Amino acid sequence: MSTIAVPKSAGINLGAFRDPALLIPLVGAGVLIYLAVLPLLMLFIGSFQVEVAPREFAYTLKNYQAAYASQYTYSTFKNSLIFASGSAALTFFLGAVMAWLVERTNTPLRVVFVPIAVVPLILPGVLESIAWIFLLSPKFGYLNVALMYVFGLESAPFNVFSLPGMIWVHSVGQMPLAFLMMVAAFKSMDPSLEESAMMSGASTWQTLRRITMRLLMPTSASVLLILFVRTLESFETPALIGIPARIYVYTSEIFLAFNEYPPDYGRGAALAIGLLLLSAVGVWLYNRSTKESKRFQTVTGKAFRPRQFELGAWRWLGFAFLMTYFVFVVLMPFAVLLWASFLPFFATPSWDALSKLTSENYTYLFTFRPFWDAMQNSIILALLTASVAMVLTSLIAWIVYKSRLPGSWILDFLAFVPITVPGIVLGMALILLYVAFPIPIYGTIWVLLIAYVTRYIPYGMRTASGSILQIHSELEEAAATSGASWWNTFKRVTLPLLRPGFVAGWIYICIVSFREFSTSVLLATGESRVLSILLFTMFEQGQVTIVAAIGILMILTLLSVVAIFYKLSGRVGIQT
Amino acid sequence: MIEVKELVKTFIDGTGTQVKAVDHVSFKVEEGRFYTLLGPSGCGKTTTLRCIAGLEKPNEGEINVSEGTVYSSVSGAFIPAYKREIGMVFQSYAIWPHLTVMENVAFPMRVSKEKISNEEIRKRVGEALDQVEMGGLEDRMATQLSGGQQQRLALARALVRRPKVLLLDEPLSNLDAKLRERMRMELRELQRRLQITTLYVTHDQLEALSMSNTIAVMSSGVIVQQGGPREIYDHPKTQFVAQFIGSTNQISGQLTASAGEGLGKVQTPIGELSCSLLNGLSPGASVVVVVRPESIVVHREKPAESTNVIEGKIATAMFLGEYVDCSIDLGKVTLQTHQSHALQVRRGQPVWVELPAGECLALPADA
Repeated sequence: MSTIAVPKSAGINLGAFRDPALLIPLVGAGVLIYLAVLPLLMLFIGSFQVEVAPREFAYTLKNYQAAYASQYTYSTFKNSLIFASGSAALTFFLGAVMAWLVERTNTPLRVVFVPIAVVPLILPGVLESIAWIFLLSPKFGYLNVALMYVFGLESAPFNVFSLPGMIWVHSVGQMPLAFLMMVAAFKSMDPSLEESAMMSGASTWQTLRRITMRLLMPTSASVLLILFVRTLESFETPALIGIPARIYVYTSEIFLAFNEYPPDYGRGAALAIGLLLLSAVGVWLYNRSTKESKRFQTVTGKAFRPRQFELGAWRWLGFAFLMTYFVFVVLMPFAVLLWASFLPFFATPSWDALSKLTSENYTYLFTFRPFWDAMQNSIILALLTASVAMVLTSLIAWIVYKSRLPGSWILDFLAFVPITVPGIVLGMALILLYVAFPIPIYGTIWVLLIAYVTRYIPYGMRTASGSILQIHSELEEAAATSGASWWNTFKRVTLPLLRPGFVAGWIYICIVSFREFSTSVLLATGESRVLSILLFTMFEQGQVTIVAAIGILMILTLLSVVAIFYKLSGRVGIQT
Repeated sequence: MIEVKELVKTFIDGTGTQVKAVDHVSFKVEEGRFYTLLGPSGCGKTTTLRCIAGLEKPNEGEINVSEGTVYSSVSGAFIPAYKREIGMVFQSYAIWPHLTVMENVAFPMRVSKEKISNEEIRKRVGEALDQVEMGGLEDRMATQLSGGQQQRLALARALVRRPKVLLLDEPLSNLDAKLRERMRMELRELQRRLQITTLYVTHDQLEALSMSNTIAVMSSGVIVQQGGPREIYDHPKTQFVAQFIGSTNQISGQLTASAGEGLGKVQTPIGELSCSLLNGLSPGASVVVVVRPESIVVHREKPAESTNVIEGKIATAMFLGEYVDCSIDLGKVTLQTHQSHALQVRRGQPVWVELPAGECLALPADA
């Protein structure tokens, strides 16, 4: 007869420190504190320091004075606010209208637009900005040139180098996010709430105005809030469009403080602390409002197909909206990049330019060392970040949701902290931490790996905890009563069950790491340069057609990752 | 009055094939009557109701509501849901969580074409809430109501517009057993008082039997049988109906002879049984003999009567309070019977069961 393992008693024996069930949470907490808390602590200290002599610091409030009491303080604040709120409003409007049209109306061809609406997700933010500079630059922007030609205009109708330009470019890049969130909101709404309005005699528009919109208000508020925070934290558009246009927001101020000679770390840190507080408040409000919207639920009955509004002749207006979106937001940025990548030098489309098309840019890249180094760095970082982050978060999620150890909520909280940290703030904090760090990893890709893992821990947590919560604890208890140790249970039962969520999270982190920009911009130097940074510096140097070619190759790489993902999703049963 | 003629509604299912959810359904609900569509889930009853409401557009047929055509595939008429004079209660009640009780009920008047004064609205809301015994709760938020209160509120909202007909889509299925029983009575009382033509959809045979003037049993998109509660219970026309309404013993067999006057003999594994016959059955046909558990008489001694009396022994006897659920082993067949709670038997005891010929119904066996 085999022996049967007796479940461990709930009381924790202090002598059993080698017990993995206790050791692993402690290690997890240690890793999280190291990744998420230590850099912020350094940032906080750094914001009060000035270097009086090499490696000698004095404590002062001067940094804050320089950051918040200068002649630029007001304009930076105003620009950030207009940029973030304008972009949140525009993104939300576009996303909500799109989501409503495809989810709830009889607009022609709406089903086709669901995948199309999400396509811009594949376009890294840096490329989105570059593509729109190609389109809307007042000097050579294709759209401007075309409009001037068609309407016989004296000057360019649009100038991308302006606050409205920044808002537009950032909004179209964020639109898929708003779209997906609003689609989810429409899907989770009990359709009988609208049907009962119709049965009460309310027309389509009355139902939309009095029921649908009102019911969506809490969700809309939280979507707006998250868009606001994300825009505030973003650096792609502020870097590529804002800085040349001399329109500075908080993220660009931090970048500029770092890029002065000598770098003003103190002022950068003080600015970063302010941005951090702003986004933390935003995230806190967001969490509160999502909890609020959960209270807004009543008894739900059987699932029926959601009702579709009959738009009548208006449906062609809806169709026109979707088509306009497709042409301007999806098609043109890709098309302009593709076109530019085949040009010897940047030129407006013409028969003349057509005859000059060449694949020179690509052949040039083939022997261009910095490109291959950056490509290699980006790929290595994407693969490593995804693997490290997912293993780490799977363990942490398991501890938080399954171990029932006292204080495991602290781990949950620690793993959530990085979501409040804007990318450029994290970059700033890591510089302060690693410049003086005993192990010389500053300037290598390892500091980038640490940065990326830290940034994407919250994303990993979301997918990992989602799938962990679905695993009934009896499945693990059955393994324990069959004699499996803690580690064996995790390896043989928990981990295989986690696999679908794990793979989905892995792919997602892989993609976002590959295109990461706002953290890398401060940390990637020389040999640790990644693709997005290479794009940025080469664009600044004016090598725009080569930049376009790099962009196309980058998009192709991302597309192949997505293609592999779809192939895999069939095999490991990922729900998309 | 509701009249449905040759209604067809097809859906495309997940694999892309067309499924007829409603397949040439016709029926008529007379003014002021309570009509129930009864059937298992997926039988097409809810789809039929939603077609009448205007929430689904049918593929074929005609629907008339109180003398007016609201849908006709011939003339192409389709009146949108909000223009039909119909009140409806949803299974989920569909109470708007962002509005108060008052505003939930007032909604139909707030969106109506004719301008109704606030005073009038308040008065009519009060009346409607009184009808469902919810008076005085006007200022509560809808989300603060219990399940039973939400149900009443949904009813008040459906009635406040004084619609010509009332559609109820499984309104009681989200309530607990006790409350359901009470709401059944209240709902029927209210319907009688208001004399409102009502179409009720349910899968619960008790609800259907206790409330309806007429029941239509549906299966796979067609009405299999229509009639009064008693008729449906006592004279099911198909094996499906007999099975779906109440518990039934079913014994397969073959019709050997019909003796006229609706009587005949059926050869079964437990011997030849005298049965009532459905018209149109001829000798040689495969049939199923159905007999209700409460119709079967159990004798402890061999009775003098010998028609349809079979010897067996008690397989199980479960005391359920109101009656004894007693199953009897007849060798090849086990019959379930409901006996008076006074009957005292023990397992294995030999007994004689009598299946009164008038209570045994021979039905054509379902394919």
